[in-house]
Amino acid sequence: MNRIAINRLKDKTFLVVGIFSTLIGLVLLAIFIGDILIQGLPRLSWKFLTSLPSRLPSKAGVYTAMMGSIWILILTTIISFPIGVGAGIYLEEYGKKSRLAKLLEINISNLAGVPSIIYGLLGLEIFARVMKMGSSILAGSMTLALLILPVIIVATRESIKAVPQSLRDASYAMGASKWQTIYNQVLPASFGGILTGIILALSRAVGEAAPLIVVGALAYVPFAPKSPMDEYSVLPIQIFNWISRPQHGFIINAAAAIIILLIITFLMNGIAIYMRNRWQKRISW
Amino acid sequence: MMIDLDMEKMMTNENIKIKPDIFEDIQEPKVEYKILTRKLDVFYDDFQALKNISLKIRPFTVTALIGPSGCGKSTYLRVFNRMNDYIDGFYIKGKVLIDGQDIYNDKIILEKLRKDVGMVFQKPNPFPKSIYDNVAYGLKIQGVKDKNFIHERVITSLKKVVLWDEVKDNLKRNALALSGGQQQRLCIARTLAVEPNIILMDEPTSALDPISTGKIEELIFELKNEYTILIVTHNMQQAGRVSDRTAFFYLGDLIEEGATKDIFINPKEERTENYITGRFG
Repeated sequence: MNRIAINRLKDKTFLVVGIFSTLIGLVLLAIFIGDILIQGLPRLSWKFLTSLPSRLPSKAGVYTAMMGSIWILILTTIISFPIGVGAGIYLEEYGKKSRLAKLLEINISNLAGVPSIIYGLLGLEIFARVMKMGSSILAGSMTLALLILPVIIVATRESIKAVPQSLRDASYAMGASKWQTIYNQVLPASFGGILTGIILALSRAVGEAAPLIVVGALAYVPFAPKSPMDEYSVLPIQIFNWISRPQHGFIINAAAAIIILLIITFLMNGIAIYMRNRWQKRISW
Repeated sequence: MMIDLDMEKMMTNENIKIKPDIFEDIQEPKVEYKILTRKLDVFYDDFQALKNISLKIRPFTVTALIGPSGCGKSTYLRVFNRMNDYIDGFYIKGKVLIDGQDIYNDKIILEKLRKDVGMVFQKPNPFPKSIYDNVAYGLKIQGVKDKNFIHERVITSLKKVVLWDEVKDNLKRNALALSGGQQQRLCIARTLAVEPNIILMDEPTSALDPISTGKIEELIFELKNEYTILIVTHNMQQAGRVSDRTAFFYLGDLIEEGATKDIFINPKEERTENYITGRFG
């Protein structure tokens, strides 16, 4: 066999390996989703969405957990958005040269890799105990905000970095101050990317169970939370709880709740992709 | 500073009317200089980009800065609106005066300096906003609230750059949808809208087709009556067409400066002649 033939063979081998690797992921995901859908779809109903938890599988619903998740989602957004974007802007536009900024940069990347349960322990100590928030939604949201902050900061920095220097030059040359340039030019131009990053980070937060278990989210809450200081449960914890029960009916319930959680996550990812495309179309250099 | 400037403008305008070629004679002793650099050294950390540049530029003239790439002419241009300040390790020695005022003085307000010294870049860089908002940007960041005033200024600026007839029906259109030449004229209009008195142009036509280039050159010729213009160009013909005076830079040195005619017809320095005739560069 000559060299060309060997190279061709290598090409083909790699192609087959590549297709195979891709398929493994997709097939497993398809099997998983299919299984969930078969089990859970018949259980899904308006009543399931609006019922309180119960010890009887057929009466139990996800209402409290879903409301808890929505509360968590909203509060986490409110807390993490300004802090994350603010930190990203600082690191990219202001603190570029300082040694402190470099140190922060490395540590933020490290933080993104810390297991989520560690954040739970941190939240338990600082928010629940020292700040005496107990097992409230606020404590949970702040813990999740910490968890996704590094992701938001990195996404913000990347989007800001993608704004061409010529745009900043134009603004400065017009006599704009640094903040005017950031506010009028850099942020609008990078907002699509920032938003995408935030939504993806939030869709991760909404699926987290571990840190919230540590920080005190409950598996059983008889009523939907009404204020940030109330006790709560969230969908992933509800699912975890149901799956660990012996009755088959709860397994079905868990499958149905998984479908709801998946829908929420897919919806958020869809919105993120839509935003990204829309902004990319609007601004092209 | 502004009042003085206006008076100076008026006076010089009158002079031009009476004796259009007043600036032909460099020996004129009592000329008021718009821009003056004295023994200017520019450094980027250890690298010296400009060496001992002393140059005087008179109001209502077009000065072309020519020279091979990396000779420091763009750096020199950006000295006057302090755009070099954003480059790491940049510092200067020597004096840079505009209207007799040291612009590297600590008391200088950058925002105000850049309002007086406008800049047009090599690649057209309109903001990704509407045509109208592009021209109004400078006024808006100055905090001008009067909508009628802004509107008037947008129209006059667009008319000055001869873009008005092409865009008047859709001022709300995104500026990025314009052609390259139109974008560059829009960038000039944007600069004019804040009424600068000096305009810096960094190879304004190098990214444009010949027809657009011609339009910009005509425009520069018109603008000369109201503004002092510095233009960096790689195009010798362009320098010859639009400028009154030409300065030749080479490896950070100012080799020769003089009336454009003299520089092109009989340069004093051999290097200038070699560059202009295309023997190197």
